[in-house]
Formats: sequence, C-alpha cells, structure tokens
Amino acid sequence: MTTDTSVASGRGAAPRPPRRPEGDDSVGLVDPTRRYRFSNLDAKFSPYLFVAPFFVLFTVVGLFPLLYTAYISLFDWEIGLDGEFVGLANYVELLGDPQFWNAMVNTFSIFLMSSVPQIIVAVLIAALLNTALRARTLWRMGVLLPYVASLVALTLIFGDLFGVQYGMINDWLEAVGLDRINWQAERWWSHVAIATMVDWRWTGYNALIVLAAMQAIPRDVYEAAVVDGAGTMRRFFSVTLPMLRPTIIFVVITSTIGGLQIFTEPLLFEPAGGNANGGASNQFQTVMLYMYQAGFGRYELGYASAVAWVLFVVIIAIAGINFMLTRRIASSGED
Amino acid sequence: MRNRRAGLGSLLACTAVLAAVTTACGSDSGTSADGKIELTIATFNQFGYEELLKEYEAAHPNIKVSERKTGQAADHHKNLFTKMAAGSGLSDVEGVEEGYLSQVMTRAGQFNNLKEIGPNVDGRWLDWKTKSVTAKGGELIGYGTDIGPLAMCYRKDLLEAGGIPTDEAGIAATFATWDSYFAAGKQYAEKTGKAWFDSAAQIFNPMHNQAELGYFDKDDKLVIDSNGDKAIWGKVTAAVAQGQSAKLKAWTPEWETGFRESAFATKTCPAWLLGNIEKNSGPEHKGKWVVTGSFPDGGGNWGGSFLTVPKQSKHPKEAAELAAWLTAPEQQIKAFKAKNTFPSQLEALDNPELTESTNEYFGQQVGKLYAEQAKKVDVAQYKGPKDGQIQDDIVGPALLSVEQGTNADEAWKKVVEDAQKATK
Repeated sequence: MTTDTSVASGRGAAPRPPRRPEGDDSVGLVDPTRRYRFSNLDAKFSPYLFVAPFFVLFTVVGLFPLLYTAYISLFDWEIGLDGEFVGLANYVELLGDPQFWNAMVNTFSIFLMSSVPQIIVAVLIAALLNTALRARTLWRMGVLLPYVASLVALTLIFGDLFGVQYGMINDWLEAVGLDRINWQAERWWSHVAIATMVDWRWTGYNALIVLAAMQAIPRDVYEAAVVDGAGTMRRFFSVTLPMLRPTIIFVVITSTIGGLQIFTEPLLFEPAGGNANGGASNQFQTVMLYMYQAGFGRYELGYASAVAWVLFVVIIAIAGINFMLTRRIASSGED
Repeated sequence: MRNRRAGLGSLLACTAVLAAVTTACGSDSGTSADGKIELTIATFNQFGYEELLKEYEAAHPNIKVSERKTGQAADHHKNLFTKMAAGSGLSDVEGVEEGYLSQVMTRAGQFNNLKEIGPNVDGRWLDWKTKSVTAKGGELIGYGTDIGPLAMCYRKDLLEAGGIPTDEAGIAATFATWDSYFAAGKQYAEKTGKAWFDSAAQIFNPMHNQAELGYFDKDDKLVIDSNGDKAIWGKVTAAVAQGQSAKLKAWTPEWETGFRESAFATKTCPAWLLGNIEKNSGPEHKGKWVVTGSFPDGGGNWGGSFLTVPKQSKHPKEAAELAAWLTAPEQQIKAFKAKNTFPSQLEALDNPELTESTNEYFGQQVGKLYAEQAKKVDVAQYKGPKDGQIQDDIVGPALLSVEQGTNADEAWKKVVEDAQKATK
C-alpha cells in the first residue's frame, strides 16, 4: 500500500479514487498481468472450446460425407464394382434426364401443397392456443400428438384412408354420390394425399414453435394496441404477425429444407415392394426418392451423389429466396 | 421436418460407421479367445437354421457359428453390396436371394469358387438351380437352399360361379396354356363382372420367366425389344383391357384385402405363397382354394436362395463346409419342417417327409405337388446384370400404369426406352 500511495503521490497528478476500498490492490499486486492474461484467454477461447464438440462432430458426420459425396459424384461408380472417373458427366446426364425433372416438379408440387397451408394453419392454431382456453396444456399437447405417432402407424392409417378399391375416403365419396378417386394413379391427387400426410404430421409441431414465439410478445404492446382501439384482427395482423417475423422465417426455412427433402411419406404412400419408384409412372417420385432409387436400387452411387448435390444447391437457393420473401412479407406489417 | 433429412451423406456415414463397428466386432480376427474358429452366417427372412447351427457346433467342437439375421431381403442385400464395396465386414457365409442373383453374378470375382474350396457335392441339386449360380467361367458361386416352384391356385367356388368346369379334365384344359388361361379369364370376367387374376405384373413375371432368355442375351446385350416379351406384354395387357385384372398390386394392404373380398379367382402361387393365401383369405375361405399342378405352358420357379462364401472370409474352407452341410438334403428337410423353405435338393424332393406332408388349409398333399412342379422346370433363365432392376423399376410399374389407364403400346415403348437407358 505504501508503494501504491507513493507512486500515486509521486506522480502528483491523479488523486486517489475516492471510494476505493483499502487493501483492494494487494490482490492485483501478486501478478496482475498473468492473472489478467489468463482470464482474458479464458474469456476469449473457452466459448470456442465449448462449441467445438458440435463442429468436430459436424465435420466428421456432416462435412466429410458432404465433400466425399461431391467426390463420388465425379465417378461412374456402381457399388461393388470399380469406379471410373468421368468428371462432370453425371451432372450433364442428370440435367438432361427427364425423370429427374419430373421428380423435381413433383417435389415442388408436394412441397408447396404441404408447406403453404401448413404454415398458415400452424399460425392460426397457435393464435387459438394462445387465447384463454380451458385445459390449455391438454390442447397444446394434443397438437403435437401426430408428430409423436409412429410412421408405421401413419402408413397404415393413410393406406386405409387413401386405398383405391377398399379405402375409406373413396367409400365416403361414393356414399355422397361423388366419383371414386384413384389416389395412386392420378398425379395431382397423389400429391394431395401425400401433402395431407405431411400436414397431418407437421402442422402441430410448427404451431407449437409459433406459439412459443407468441408467448414471448410482451403484453404491454397488446395493451397499448387495445388502448389505441385496435380490434382482435387488427392486433393479430399489426402486432402479432410482425413480432413473429424471426420465428416465421425459421419455420419457413426449416419447412423448405424438410419439404424439398421429402422422402418418407411418398415412399410409404406406395407401401409394397420397397422400391422408390413413386407410382407407376413416377407420378409422385420426389428427388429424394429418385436419389435413393439410383443409389440403392440401381447401386449407381456416382449418379445418386450428383442428384444429392444438385438437390443441396437447389435447397440452399430456395431457402435463400424464402428468407428474403418472408423478411419482406413480415416486415410490411410494422417496421 | 428435421427428421425427414435422410440425405445420402448421412446414409453413407451410417454405413461407414456400421462397417467399422461390425468389423470391430470380431469378424476380422475370425478366431475366438478359446482358439475356436469363429464363423458368421448372414441370412434374411426365415432360413430355419437356428437348430441346425447348434447341431453343427455340437458335431464340430472347434467351430463356433453365429447367425446374423436381417428381417427383409432388400435390407440384407443393401448391406451385402455396401460391404462388398467397402472391402470388409461381410460374413463368412452370405445368403443371396434369386432376385439379387444377377447383381451378385456380375460381381462373381468377389466370391469363392465353391468347386475349388468346398467338398464334392456334384448332383445334389436340381440342374437349373446349380446352373443359375454358375459363373461364365464355370465357377460355382453358391449352394442352393430353397426354391419357389410355381403352381396355379384357384377358387373353386368362384370358377363354378363363372361357369368354368372344375373337374380334373376341366381344370387341366383351363390351365393348359396361357391362351386357354386368358380365354377362360375373358369368359369369367364377362359372366361375373369380376377379375380373373390379381394384377398384370403377377402374370407377366412368370410368363417372362418361362423363356430361356430374360431381358439380356448371354453376352449381356439387352434383348427386351427382340425376345418374346412383346408378345407376352400384348397378351397380358389385352387381358387387362378385358377386365381380367383386379389391379391390386402385390403385397399392398389392398391386395391382402382382395383375397378376403374374393376380388380375383386365380393366383400364380409359388410354394411359399400358400401361407400368404391362407393368412389373407382367412378361415372363412378355407376349403375354397385349390392348388393345381397344371401351370400354363409348363412350370416355372419364383424365388429361392443360395449360400455364398465371399473372398473376404478368413476361413473360406470351413465356411464352405458349413454351407455345404446346411444345404445337404437332410438339413434342408429340417429347415423345411421348421420354416417351410421348399428344398432344392433332388434327394430331398423324393423324401417322404416332404412328399407326404399335407397342407390343412388346402386339404392337399402340397409337398408332393410342388416337388413335381420343381422337376418340370428345365432351364434356368439367364439373367443379365440389370435384370432385377428392369423387372422391379421398369416393367412392373409400366404394367401398373396400363392398369391405371395408360395406353399399352405407349407403355411398352417407354419400357424399351427406359430399359435401354438403364443399361446404356
């Protein structure tokens, strides 16, 4: 302390800080720089260390397969036989492959048919769940049930519903005097059926995410809106929706990724044989099914890898477009 | 939606991890701690080997056998081909199903020639069974296990309702040739307004399989546009146009319901299908189904498996010995009794335990009937490298599309184009 005081007084300029407690400096005196440097390092690098496991894991099981897939896509590689380097030939062939474009159209058709209604309905359900319901938790858990239900059960249920000859929906249609629909054979109707399966499974899941965001909107914003004389609809469109913007962007992006990679539902929609043909004329074969068929039906890994990479690029592009669109749409409300 | 991401990347990663894990599980060393030779055998569905393997271990104290069972043939073969590509992880004995045999034969170099390393088993099997697993250079790649001899099943009550004679001579005449079969079908469909068979693909495949050449000639050149398939296609699709098909794709829940609803009167039935007919039709139709040995235009085979010894095996001699023992007539009869796998061994086909067995649902001596059907097959159809793919991904769906309304000639054109594209 004496040193400290003498230094301070020696300089003669800065007066001792008024409220500095006595004896405090002794701690800093032991080795101020080393201690400081260590905690500085700690603060700087510990976060990286803590997030590292994810990135290490991602590199091993995500990034490496991604890059290896790109490598394989340059070969004419049939599984179990020797591969031959062909450069970009797989991609050239793919872009001229009508079955691939057919699969692309199907994917987008099913994606739009499922995602658009799904997100709109999810927001509406969330808004309803956000009101003062009796047994609120029960309802909120209820919307998640389809997501929890096993896919096998889903297949059985929807197989019975959409069966062509002994299906329940066709029986109902006939009972009310309408024509039976060939759910498997007709392109449009098969997409409707698959989109229904997707919606049934994922709407509640998205609704809960939106609901969580809705609950985070401060009450006083609504109170102010009420004071200003805004009705329920006005509050929903001018307060709730704009405040949900980041969440809706998230839901839209994840739906895009999932929707364009749709695989299980169309595969299960044609339950027999386990092939990924997507209907007799590929009328509901999606890009993922086509990739699976190329890779594990025909064992042409090079070609399947090329499909995977093209799909990857398409998903990134569409997710980017969606990101910009939702930003714009959601921001037209308030800010 | 996150769960729907089943990208190729993760698939590859999974198989790589699986391969690493199973390799680590000990197939690399091949010897257990107590100095016993460890053999693994990979099977799918039901081979009926559980008791047999215990018996083998008891008789060979220096050998320990473990069975890796997979539920479905498709998964088993995906695993097989992936590990062949990876170069490790295969079992010492690997089962192969007939439908995947052509893909295995194009990779025949990765399997041991059982003529070289195995015991002498000449003349054990039906000739065509051995031929189908003999490579171009004469190497024997696998030992035959079971087969699926074809017969025709029909509903006696439905035929009578359609005015088709069901006495012995009548049945023989109806099911003598495909032409007489379709003619009877036309009559049946006109009279009852109901379908004659379950689906076009279930008729086309056995017809196609009766020919000596499949979709390829022996030089692996695609011959789908010049072999007899176009004529078969014409006959089947004409029958579809006459309303003979119930348009029920096999193995779908609708198909299963179709049995109970009496949606069709006849069914091509390999030996292993009898159980499905019983299960799907239910007890209320007991005694109505009849299986007959008069199969149109001769016999045929549908299904059956082989045991192979991949070159990856550390103990190929012992593995071949095990495979030979398992496919010997005595053992195959036991497997038949355990899981109804119909034997492919000449001696087993004459065994009274097989020929005198009666099927309660049909009330017939089906073992004897199918043994005779097995002997009617005289050639093993030559299957080219992409045979299975053309059948499953191109011809089958095209037939379904005809049933769903596509023009038959256009569908055939697409079949030829797609087959050419797949084999280019």
